[in-house]
Amino acid sequence: MSRQVKFVQGNEACMEGALYAGVQFYAGYPITPSSEITEGMAMRLPATGGKFIQMEDEISSICAIVGASLTGHKVMTATSGPGFSLMQEGLGYAIMAEIPCVIVNVMRGGPSTGLPTHGSQGDVMQARWGVHGDHSIVALTASSHQDVFEMTVEAFNIAETYRTPVILLLDETVGHMREKLEIPEPGELPLVERLRTSVREGVNYHPYLPREDGRLPMSDFGDVHRYNVTGLYHDMWGFPTADPKMVHDLIRHLIDKIENRVNVLARYKEYYLDDAERVLVSYGCSARSALHVVKDRRLRGERLGLLELQTLWPFPADVVKHCCDGKKSVIVVEMNTGQIVHEVKKAVDRPDNVFLANRVDGEYITPPDILKVLRLIQGKGV
Amino acid sequence: MALKDYIRERFFPHMWCAGCGHGTVLNSLLRAVEQLGLSKNEIVMVSGIGCSARISGYVDFHSLHTLHGRALAFATGVKLSKPELNVIVPMGDGDALAIGGNHFLHAARRNIGMTAIVMNNKIYGMTGGQFSPLTGVGGMATTAPYASIDRSFDVVEIAKAAGATYVARSTAFHAQECTKMIHDAILHDGFSVVEIMTQCPTYYGRKNKLGEAPEMIKRFKDITTPIGSKAKQENPELIERGVFVEKNLPEYCAEYDKIIERAKGGA
Ligand SMILES: Cc1ncc(C[n+]2csc(CCOP(=O)(O)OP(=O)(O)O)c2C)c(N)n1
Ligand code: SF4
Repeated sequence: MSRQVKFVQGNEACMEGALYAGVQFYAGYPITPSSEITEGMAMRLPATGGKFIQMEDEISSICAIVGASLTGHKVMTATSGPGFSLMQEGLGYAIMAEIPCVIVNVMRGGPSTGLPTHGSQGDVMQARWGVHGDHSIVALTASSHQDVFEMTVEAFNIAETYRTPVILLLDETVGHMREKLEIPEPGELPLVERLRTSVREGVNYHPYLPREDGRLPMSDFGDVHRYNVTGLYHDMWGFPTADPKMVHDLIRHLIDKIENRVNVLARYKEYYLDDAERVLVSYGCSARSALHVVKDRRLRGERLGLLELQTLWPFPADVVKHCCDGKKSVIVVEMNTGQIVHEVKKAVDRPDNVFLANRVDGEYITPPDILKVLRLIQGKGV
Repeated sequence: MALKDYIRERFFPHMWCAGCGHGTVLNSLLRAVEQLGLSKNEIVMVSGIGCSARISGYVDFHSLHTLHGRALAFATGVKLSKPELNVIVPMGDGDALAIGGNHFLHAARRNIGMTAIVMNNKIYGMTGGQFSPLTGVGGMATTAPYASIDRSFDVVEIAKAAGATYVARSTAFHAQECTKMIHDAILHDGFSVVEIMTQCPTYYGRKNKLGEAPEMIKRFKDITTPIGSKAKQENPELIERGVFVEKNLPEYCAEYDKIIERAKGGA
């Protein structure tokens, strides 16, 4: 095996994943704690023949990658809290116009400029609901550098498969921590290329007419099919419409193409769940502490398990239900005032049994923090 | 190619009011493209939001109707990722210089090869006649019911200062001049700006008591003059028309190709 092994930051692992996935265009604006992704792209992308541009802000960054995606390229941007807020309008555009693109948000403490250099998982709901209007979204996350790499590749694959923006929610802790990364050989991980239309020149091409399998073949700007792209409700040619039926059908299509695939899109890891009495549910950096607690308690004979979510949106409710129903208690571990905990409560049969172990003071959530909550639930002293 | 082959006929009649200047701009633009003999597949039109931005839907090019003010940002992505495309960006004055002001400055600074057409009707048309950054002191608008105290921008001065390498101005009265300017702007290798003063009889005209469309159009003849004319010396109030800047400086996408070479360890 000649797998390249590196000792890197999570942000660099993300950049490596994007290059592996075949990113060809990157536009970004620096912001802590995501800047290493932008810097890494400036360094590495041109050598692959790809293009990097530092835009004047995050609004233009997301707009630029949407434009570049339409010429047929794999595109990405990366940012953090305040920048992610600025991107929401462009994100909505990408959802509406069905443009494949990857948006990385290395989360920091907020609201506002908050805690730039501290970890947080406070943007889980912004990822889901930051865009105005009804919509659906895909958001992935990762807890280790190997995961970061793989989820970045996944993000591109999902974006290109379903013509949709995909958000990768990392956090400062994972982004800045250094650990080992093994870069898979070319071909080891599957890569998806967008479906391009087979319709010939002169034959009517409908950019917004889904095939039976739900996929919409694209044509690159500059190619033989000229069509319209708009953020307005549109017909199958991409032309604006306010026809109630077309409007209804389009919003249903945009939502259903993702919500109907919850189980296809669900990525997660299970640890010691088979015989677990109690389950921790976590994701991102918090899952590292959660796993530590589980392993530690197992050594002492306690039947504790962990469900680590890698897909946050669409929320994998079936998976959560399957792993949590019938357990004595479920503890959601996250670094916010409770964002995924509500989704878990909605998913399980006994929401009263779902508890939150969290921390929102800018400090990393530690195993003792989680243990404290566990002990309270168990009615034992800390 | 016949002019009508450049338009998407099934999308007519257009949504503009009778007498709106935007139609004249569309006409000039199509004539410029026709003269250039460009293939429709090599043109991408990127617009923002506003009455002016609707131009992109009516032309049979690759068209991208984006967000208010963001057209140049989307266009930058299109152009840099596929530099062989001709990118034309029609914008309203609000689109270009209010919400999109920063993008305008930076596209000009980069000298990225595209053509920005700023349709200056001194008002927000689509949202119903609020003042724009070009309305100017004394102008009337729905959000300036006691007359505007906001000073106006000068598109040409801003474009020059920001580094655009082709800058021109004309009006909807001077349709042939517009065609020539758009033609040259598209040919120009770098960021080109063509400001076209257009009439919005529905809002600006009515609010400012300038009469119907024909009077407004004729007015453009009276209030403008070619650059450096004698009339301008006699009446400094006149607005100059013509080409203000035409120079060759390195174009952004071409410069980026050199970065790629450097990164690959070449020259
Ligand atoms: C973020 C955002 N803010 C505001 C609007 C509302 N809006 C639509 S068009 C427009 C202004 C149009 O004026 P202008 O750009 O001058 O073009 P015109 O309609 O006059 O051609 C505004 C404010 C919007 N669509 N998006
Ligand atoms: S409102 Fe004004 S700018 Fe808009 S179409 Fe009517 S005349 Fe033209």
